[in-house]
Amino acid sequence: MSSVELWTYIVVGITFALYIYIGYANRVRDTKGFYVAGQGVPAVANGAATAADWMSAASFISMAGLISFMGFNGTIYLMGWTGGYVLLALLLAPYLRKFGKYTVPDFVGDRYYSQLVRVLAAIATVVISLTYVAGQMRGVGIVFSRFLGVGITTGVVIGMLIVGFFAILGGMKGITWTQVAQYSVLIVAYLIPAFAIGAVLTGNPIPQISFTFSDIIPRLNDLQVTLGFQEYTQPFVGKGMLDVFCVTLALMAGTAGLPHVITRFYTVPNVRAARYSAGWALLFIALLYTTAPAIAAFARYNLINTLDTATVANVEPGDKQDIYILNDANGQEVTWATSWQKTGLLAFVDKNNDGKIAFLPGDAFNGTNFKEPKADTANEAYFDRDIIVLANPEIAKLAPFIIALVAAGGLAAALSTASGLLLAMSSAVSHDIYYRVINPGASEDNRLMAGRIAIGVALIFAGYFGINPPGFVGQVVALAFGLAASSTFPLILLGIFDKRTNSAGATAGIIVGLLFTLLYIVNTNFLKNPPWIAGISGEGIGAIGMVLNLVVTYVVSRITAAPPQDIQDMVESVRVPRGAADAVTAH
Amino acid sequence: MAKRGAPQRAKSNPIDKGKALEYWKRNIRLILTLLVIWALVSYVAGIILAPVLNNIRLGSLPLGFWFAQQGSMIVFVILIFVYCWRMDKLDKEFDVDE
Repeated sequence: MSSVELWTYIVVGITFALYIYIGYANRVRDTKGFYVAGQGVPAVANGAATAADWMSAASFISMAGLISFMGFNGTIYLMGWTGGYVLLALLLAPYLRKFGKYTVPDFVGDRYYSQLVRVLAAIATVVISLTYVAGQMRGVGIVFSRFLGVGITTGVVIGMLIVGFFAILGGMKGITWTQVAQYSVLIVAYLIPAFAIGAVLTGNPIPQISFTFSDIIPRLNDLQVTLGFQEYTQPFVGKGMLDVFCVTLALMAGTAGLPHVITRFYTVPNVRAARYSAGWALLFIALLYTTAPAIAAFARYNLINTLDTATVANVEPGDKQDIYILNDANGQEVTWATSWQKTGLLAFVDKNNDGKIAFLPGDAFNGTNFKEPKADTANEAYFDRDIIVLANPEIAKLAPFIIALVAAGGLAAALSTASGLLLAMSSAVSHDIYYRVINPGASEDNRLMAGRIAIGVALIFAGYFGINPPGFVGQVVALAFGLAASSTFPLILLGIFDKRTNSAGATAGIIVGLLFTLLYIVNTNFLKNPPWIAGISGEGIGAIGMVLNLVVTYVVSRITAAPPQDIQDMVESVRVPRGAADAVTAH
Repeated sequence: MAKRGAPQRAKSNPIDKGKALEYWKRNIRLILTLLVIWALVSYVAGIILAPVLNNIRLGSLPLGFWFAQQGSMIVFVILIFVYCWRMDKLDKEFDVDE
């Protein structure tokens, strides 16, 4: 066993033991503890839990890599996945906390006095969350297989057992405090390599400062131009301004409408804490999100530079790809290049036999078939996007302990998001559908048991999709944000800010917004037809779906009867902070 | 912030209609102001005007790029805390704090 593997076992083992202990210490006995952690979570802790809940395996492992290859346009993820918190903090979270019940379907079902809307919201919650959770379990499996040499199936099962333990026993309370620990692990694991790489490359360890003030970006821009790429900072390369605008808006509104994020704001003691915890959440998220573009640029610079100065020392033929052994300018083997080629995430081919690997525009191979180099491009290198974060510590020659920490961080990001999603699904089924619609007379014990069973069932589904990932995961994520942006977000927004919005308006708005978004995404992302509206991709169409929903809801509500007086009173009551604690006691 | 276990005030809707309306109007005005800034730093400076702003430099970064990948996010965080702070004051003024 290598020292990296040994360290990884130790670090991952310690963090898992910590999660299990926290889960056990926070086990619950009532539904209020199970669904909303007893509404006693302090604002800062809820902020950290929200940040861990929100930042998934994709944020931790993939995002910096995506940005590294997108350059300026990577902003769709950076602004899109942070700006939604401003909407949450100003427009949704404080009022939902005042309302005080447990879930998103609770609010919209009561506000629109309709069991149909309640059930639709519950189904949307399950669909959105299931989409997401499959990717998280997959992330767990991948980290296990790459860092510990364990099979993906075994990795997923271990992940399921850990999450299952604290989620079933502790519900929201167990999940919340585990997420606080997971945030600490993932942020440390993300920042340490970033500090180290920044210090090596620029002499300044603070990534945000060295990114802005060192000469690394001008140098990267020059390198890119020399190699025939556009400048790294050039906007709208391969994605037009309109599309960048729409994708950013759809991701922001989608973020604000995602049920597992919204639910977190029910767990704090009062309205003021709901506002502050949104601020803490975004501060904690921004620590990672302002570091990611620095890592992206540093890593890209490192990669280009390493390949530029390296020479091919030897080629070992392989079944799937030939392994190129590279030597750096000092004649030392570039070991990370060798080891990551063996994982299939990196591939080289010396097309012109000049003893060097050229990284140039265009695809080096036909897809990921590394035995078939593309003849019509001069590019000789293929990089999987995930390599940017996963291999960064090795590229920067950091200690094995740091590499182990990155593995633990990736697992923390995946497990924390998975547990939040499982709870959102469980409460939609056991609270919104079982208790509020099917069996309103259910006893407290009965409801708690239903919640626990629902988490267990959801976990089995999540594990299944983690082991057998459906081929359309990428498209489905676009769908999840599109759905949230065009349904949940406008529904809650108008429910609070427009007293006149009634059940008929909301129903019409949802149907129009959802159908439009769904058909558009099916057409562009699944059937691969050209987009109907010039230049807007499936990822961005949720922005238009949201506007349609808002307009239809507003107009239909104005031409039909006003909502009943008690509903209008309820809207007035959620607008005033005082009494949030009582609203719950009454419930 | 109410401490856990502390006795809670029993009144659930302590404020009359006229005052509630005034409180809500002031809240809306604050929200709109902050959302204008939110849109300016992200959609205007980070996207629409980015190609133009890129001719100006902040440190060694083109300004449009800085807004898109750093500045907008920093401003987002500040906006939320400013909202919290201003609402604390507004809640006290209208006696609806907890």
